[in-house]
Amino acid sequence: MYDVDAIRKDFPILALKINGCPNTFLDSAASAQKPKVVIDKMNEMYLHEYSNVHRGSYLLSEEITSAFEEARNTVQKFLNAKSSSEIVFTRSATESINLVAASWGRKFLKSGDEVLISEAEHHANLVTWQVLRDEIGFKLNICRVNDDGSFDMEDFSRKLTPNTKLVAITGMSNVLGTIFPLQEIIPLAHAKGAKVLVDACQLAVHQSLDVQALDCDFLAFSGHKTYGPTGIGVLYGKYELLDAMPPYQCGGDMVDVVTYEHTTFDPPPARFEAGTPAIVEAIGLAEALKYMMSLGLDNITSHENELTAYTIAKLSSIDGLRQIGTAKGKGGVFSFVVDGIHPQDLAFILDKEGVAIRVGHHCAAPLVQRMGYSSVARASLGLYTTKEDIDILVRAINKAKTFF
Amino acid sequence: MTIEELIENFAFLDSWEDKYRYIIDLGEKMPSLSADKKTDEWLVKGCQSQVWLIPCKSNDIISFQGDSDAMIVKGLIAIVLLIYNNKSPSEIKAVAVDDIFAKLGLKEHLSPSRRNGLEAMIAKIRHYADIL
Ligand SMILES: Cc1ncc(COP(=O)(O)O)c(C=O)c1O
Repeated sequence: MYDVDAIRKDFPILALKINGCPNTFLDSAASAQKPKVVIDKMNEMYLHEYSNVHRGSYLLSEEITSAFEEARNTVQKFLNAKSSSEIVFTRSATESINLVAASWGRKFLKSGDEVLISEAEHHANLVTWQVLRDEIGFKLNICRVNDDGSFDMEDFSRKLTPNTKLVAITGMSNVLGTIFPLQEIIPLAHAKGAKVLVDACQLAVHQSLDVQALDCDFLAFSGHKTYGPTGIGVLYGKYELLDAMPPYQCGGDMVDVVTYEHTTFDPPPARFEAGTPAIVEAIGLAEALKYMMSLGLDNITSHENELTAYTIAKLSSIDGLRQIGTAKGKGGVFSFVVDGIHPQDLAFILDKEGVAIRVGHHCAAPLVQRMGYSSVARASLGLYTTKEDIDILVRAINKAKTFF
Repeated sequence: MTIEELIENFAFLDSWEDKYRYIIDLGEKMPSLSADKKTDEWLVKGCQSQVWLIPCKSNDIISFQGDSDAMIVKGLIAIVLLIYNNKSPSEIKAVAVDDIFAKLGLKEHLSPSRRNGLEAMIAKIRHYADIL
C-alpha cells in the first residue's frame, strides 16, 4: 500500500503554511522537496563524519571516502549500471551534458557530422550543442514533436542519418510531460552508428531506470529533482566511452602521475571529478535514491499515474483551460493556459492561495513557442502529491477566473 | 490620483483579494500602448511577462507610458508610473520606491526574484533619468 499521507510526513516542508494556506507545492519538476532522512543524513555527515575524501591517512577521511564511494554504488544500483566506475558525480544534469559535449564531443565530433536532438529539449540539451556546433561545424538537426506533444517517430527516423554521430534526447519533457519512446529511439540510433545521450532529469524522478536494458551510452540527471540536495548531479557513461574521453576539468584528485613536464590521468570516474567534489551532497543524493527505492519506483510510478489521470480529468473540467502536451502515457507535468488570464497573473493569485506553480518558458523557450505560446503555466507532481493538492489547484484556478 | 491618495485608498482594502482587484482595475484603466509601440526597443526584459516602457522628456520633466501583457503587472506598472511620472531626473533618483511599496503592502512584487519585470522597469526608469 502506498500511503501518501504517511509519506508526506517524511517531508517537513509540506506541513508549512504559505500565506496562511496549506503548502500546495506543484513545482516539483523545477526542484523537489527533500525527505527528512536526506536532511538528517547530511547534517549527520557535517556534525560527526566530515573531512575531505581520498586523502586517506586518517580515520575521518577513510570513513567519508567510503561513504562517498558507497554513494556511487547506490547510484549504480539506482540506474542498474554495470559498474560504479560508470557513475561520474557532477554538479548537475546541466554539467553532465556539458561534460559530454566538452570531452566526448570535442574529441569525436567533426565538421560534416550530425547531432540529432528533439524540439522538446531543455536549454541545457539544446544550447550546449548549438555552441559546440558553432565551434566544430557539425550539423545540429532537430526532430519534431507532434501538436499533442507526442514524439514524431517518422520525423526522427528521417533525420537520423548515417552521419548522425549523437542523438541527445530527453526521456521526459519538462514542459509537455511526454515520455519519449527510448526503447525504440536507442536501437534505431545505434543501428545508424550513433551514440545516445539521455537527459533523464525528469524521467529519473518518475520511473525506474535501467541503463543496461535501455542500452543508452550516456545518461544525465540532477540530484535536486530526485529528492536530493542541490549541487550534485550524475553522468552515467558506458565505461569504454568514458575511458576514451579526455578530462573535462583539470586539478587535484583526477591525476595519476604528475611531473612538471607531463601528467597522466586517472581512469574514470576519477578522471572527470577534478577537485574536491560535493561530498556531502553526493551522500545526500544516495540517501534520496535509497528513499525512493525503499518506497519502490514502481509504486511511485503507479501513484503518479493515477494522479496524472486525475489531474488531466480535473483540468479538463475547467472552462477555458487549454492543456499543452496531451500525449498518451504522459507523466505528471501539466502545462496550461487559461483564456483571458496571463500565466503570470494566474501564478500571483495561486501563490496567495498557497499554490506553487511555475510560469514562463520553463527553460525551453523554442518549444513553448512551437506549441504556440510565449509563456505557459506549469503544475507538476511529485511522489508526495495528493488528489487534495490537485483539488486545491483547481479551486484556485477557478477563483482566479473570477478576477478577470 | 496622487500616490498619497492611492496609499490612503489601499489602507481600506484589507484582503489580498480586494487589493488585487484594485490593482487589476488600475491596470484596466491605464491606456494600452498601441501595437506599433510594443517593439523590442521599449521592451523591458522581464522573465514571465512582457513589459514595455516609453519615456518622454520635455523641460527637464520625464513622463512615461507603460504596458504589460499581464493585467496584475499592468496595474503594478500604473502604480509605478503614479510614483515616477512627471518628475525631474533628480526627483526620480530621490524616490524611495521600496518604502512606498511597503506602505502599499506590495513589497514582495519588487523583489528581483519575482522576475515580473517591475524591478527591471524601475531600474530602467532610473537609467532614463541618468541618460535623458
Ligand atoms: C529535462 C531537463 N533537462 C535538464 C534540466 C537541467 O537541470 P539542472 O538545472 O538541475 O542542471 C532540467 C531542469 O529543469 C530539465 O527539466
